[in-house]
Amino acid sequence: MAKPPTRSLDINQQFGPHLAYAEGIRLDRGVEADRQVKTHCCFCGQQCGIQLRVKDNEVIGFEPWEEFPFNRGMLCPKGVKRYLQGAHPDRLTTALQRDSTASGGFRSMPYDAAIRHAAEAIGRIQSDHGHEAFAVLSGASLTTEKTYLMGKFARVCLRTPFIDYNGRLCMVSAGAANKKSFGIDRAANPWSDILGAEVVWISGANVAECAPITTNYVWQAREQGAKIIVVDPRITPLARTCDLFLPVKPGRDVALFNGILHLMIEHDWLDHSFIEQHTVGFEPLAESVQSWTPARTAEATGIAERLIRQAAEWWGTASTSFLMHARGIEHHSHGVQNVLGAINIVLASGRIGRESCGYATITGQANGQGGREHGQKCDQLPGARDLANPEHRAHVAKVWGVSPEDLPQPGIDAYEIFRKIDRGEIRGLLSICFNPLVSLPDNNFVARMLDKLDFYVAIDFFLNDTAHHADIVLPGSLHEEDEGTVTQIEGRVIKINQAVDPPGDARQDWRIIQDLAAALGRPHGFTFQNPRAIFDELRQASKGGIADYSGITWEKIEKQHGVCWPCPSENHPGTPRLFEPGSHNPIANGSGPFYFPDGKARFNVAEYTPPTEEVDGDYPVILTTGRVVSHFLSGTQTRRIGPLVDQYPEPRIEIHPQLAARISIADGDWTTVTSRRGEVTLRAQVVKTIRPDTVFIPYHWAGAKSANRLTIAAQDPISKIPEYKVCAVRLSKASAAPQDAERFEIE
Amino acid sequence: MPVPHDYLFFIDPNRCIGCESCVQACSECDTHKGHSMIHLEFMNRRESPQSVPVVCMHCDSPTCAEVCPADAIKRTEDGVVQTARKPRCIACNNCVLACPFGVPKMNTREELMMKCDMCYDRTSEGKRPMCATVCPSQALFFGTQAEIDRLRPRSRAINDFQFGQQKIHTKVRMMVPHDAAIAHIDVVDAMCADMGEDDPMLSAAVCSLPIVSKT
Repeated sequence: MAKPPTRSLDINQQFGPHLAYAEGIRLDRGVEADRQVKTHCCFCGQQCGIQLRVKDNEVIGFEPWEEFPFNRGMLCPKGVKRYLQGAHPDRLTTALQRDSTASGGFRSMPYDAAIRHAAEAIGRIQSDHGHEAFAVLSGASLTTEKTYLMGKFARVCLRTPFIDYNGRLCMVSAGAANKKSFGIDRAANPWSDILGAEVVWISGANVAECAPITTNYVWQAREQGAKIIVVDPRITPLARTCDLFLPVKPGRDVALFNGILHLMIEHDWLDHSFIEQHTVGFEPLAESVQSWTPARTAEATGIAERLIRQAAEWWGTASTSFLMHARGIEHHSHGVQNVLGAINIVLASGRIGRESCGYATITGQANGQGGREHGQKCDQLPGARDLANPEHRAHVAKVWGVSPEDLPQPGIDAYEIFRKIDRGEIRGLLSICFNPLVSLPDNNFVARMLDKLDFYVAIDFFLNDTAHHADIVLPGSLHEEDEGTVTQIEGRVIKINQAVDPPGDARQDWRIIQDLAAALGRPHGFTFQNPRAIFDELRQASKGGIADYSGITWEKIEKQHGVCWPCPSENHPGTPRLFEPGSHNPIANGSGPFYFPDGKARFNVAEYTPPTEEVDGDYPVILTTGRVVSHFLSGTQTRRIGPLVDQYPEPRIEIHPQLAARISIADGDWTTVTSRRGEVTLRAQVVKTIRPDTVFIPYHWAGAKSANRLTIAAQDPISKIPEYKVCAVRLSKASAAPQDAERFEIE
Repeated sequence: MPVPHDYLFFIDPNRCIGCESCVQACSECDTHKGHSMIHLEFMNRRESPQSVPVVCMHCDSPTCAEVCPADAIKRTEDGVVQTARKPRCIACNNCVLACPFGVPKMNTREELMMKCDMCYDRTSEGKRPMCATVCPSQALFFGTQAEIDRLRPRSRAINDFQFGQQKIHTKVRMMVPHDAAIAHIDVVDAMCADMGEDDPMLSAAVCSLPIVSKT
């Protein structure tokens, strides 16, 4: 049913990706902008402040925003060139309907007709097969207002439990472990706490490429004497200048953390009074790491014993510290265990909840934080409330004007939604801000599942790769075409401001959702006039919850350059640093700093298990995946911005010279990488900056260049995050360049 | 209001992460839109992710101007060496070949040598140069000597360079390790000397690849 209607090259010719460069008014010298709009970058979780220069309803360039305190004008290349996503030749300006006779496989249709068509298809599927036969996939690059609306739309209008979001592929392992350990899922500290740390420990985070502005915080700490420890299978740009580099074998992070804790206990590098007063569970944990001797740790992690001892000594004896991690330890079938291991060494040190003593996961997406708090996650309601908790259901149902019994029970994760499609239990899908065909593991399976759907409607501003399979495409809004809030890496709620209007028939996404609700005959609760009205309802829905936004107003955000939640009342300034004595905590209510009734943090035994797919004779090499600095996630935006594509045009396989020599591969050779799920043929990049047992491929590309053709759909049992960071592959020199390579390669 | 006279430009290659934000931002500057005047060099990607941003060093006696047969390259009173004057430049490439830092670029379409002019359109209005404003690692820094001394106690700024027999004094400063005596800068030698047969991934050694050779 939902097979792509035409050859991918024909779709590409019609819908891109085409490369936009500055031209016309964007290239002319001496052009005065009509206005400069203070807003934030549309890409990663740091949410750098930026000013967009606007003339005649077009963003023509940018100007650094030096007053915004997080980045003070600094930007990475993505932020610098993001303005080229506007007025783009690939921009969808009408609704589209599948039509195999049309050029590119889709024909334009009037917006209202597309809404009616989609509503009828949704209605038909739900009346024939039940409410649960329709699913929603949403995303964490949307504003918090939109993510709130998506959760409400699925539960109240569609009455389906099956909504999940692409944060499932992002930091859910960190979220789950943070809730287990601290009772709250938010970076514990503002980034300014990095500056005063004596030791900065960075595990599985390519900070320089994926959170570039954080680099200056780390370097500044180092200037002031901090020692920087980087744990990574690759010498990333930041690792080059660190003080201690631990080249961990992918998938073994928890073993390292357990080994560090073993040495902390052995040398009594512990904060006994903190452990006694503010934690529970240390004894069983200490017992569990007894066997993690340096020798065993070295054996499991592939890191030399002396480096492990050095790291433990620096970490153990520091008086201030900041530990950061990202997807490198989270994207594993034991991602939660890895993060618990990291938190255990933080809690054992007692260095949290005060100045220069911090811990954080580096959130990936623009609204990775806000997007995981207000109900588009399958088991969650606004305010970081639980869908399974009767009190939480009652609170939100009251705000929404529905009966608690009418709210669906918790649903399932994004990948499981595709397995339900396979079983014929889910027959229709709506997606927004999610490109699973590129971003989910084993994506040949995902493509087959899209083809099985009875009906698929996608909302996007470009025709993303997954939307090639859609029956109807609704033209949504770019970041600069709407306003609202997002919550960045530090838990700081900030304001996105509108710079231009959506072109043609394109609409702001929240209007599209409300139009669908109206066409479905269930407009109640979906008649907001603007994003501010949605935010005001969200404040009420989150009131009293852990992620309490009730005291945050747009005015306060502008005045303070952002407000960190929790913020329980309008005269409350917000909470930049968690776990400080006396800070707002509705769970502990004064009994202690952590978000449990007794106010105490939890030590959790962090179990070591190897990755789901170990290397063997047939597939002897570890594949790990990640990002490069000039692209973002599934590349829907950055693969259309010419200067960013020129910077890194094609995915390459990073391979150590020793491994390359064994299979006779030279730098630049076409190389086929094969896993049990698929294969890709890409050029090799021979570098000494990766472990010889591991190869790396960035995942931003679609189709024949997609690293996720290879990855395994193994998931963490708790967080359901996929294991993007380890699978087994074999490599061979390709006999020829892949089909169409010349056409796409930029010399 | 222009930026104060004591604001200086510093390059700190130890901090560079190769993100090319400077390159991308430079091409957004109003006086040369669409053209970046910065070279971002990966020294030897096979060995290391070390990268170095190359902006014009703005020499006191600019070699580019000295070798220009058309007298097209001018230096302002405050020491900024400018892009060639369009009416004079004959696109002969002498400056491109002669510059010891490899800075000038020939724009063949416009038949004009173009180079970093330290964002005079911005600095004359009190704004910092575009590259140093956006640089995420602050490998490119624009501020006073006192500020950099306070912010970077591990390094010191130098602006005397020796290329063969030629001594060069520059307006732009390069940050080097505080405790190292620097005789000259020879990036390639430093890379090869330090790497040798050593492989940090095989030896699991602490990784440090200084690009500044020590004497």
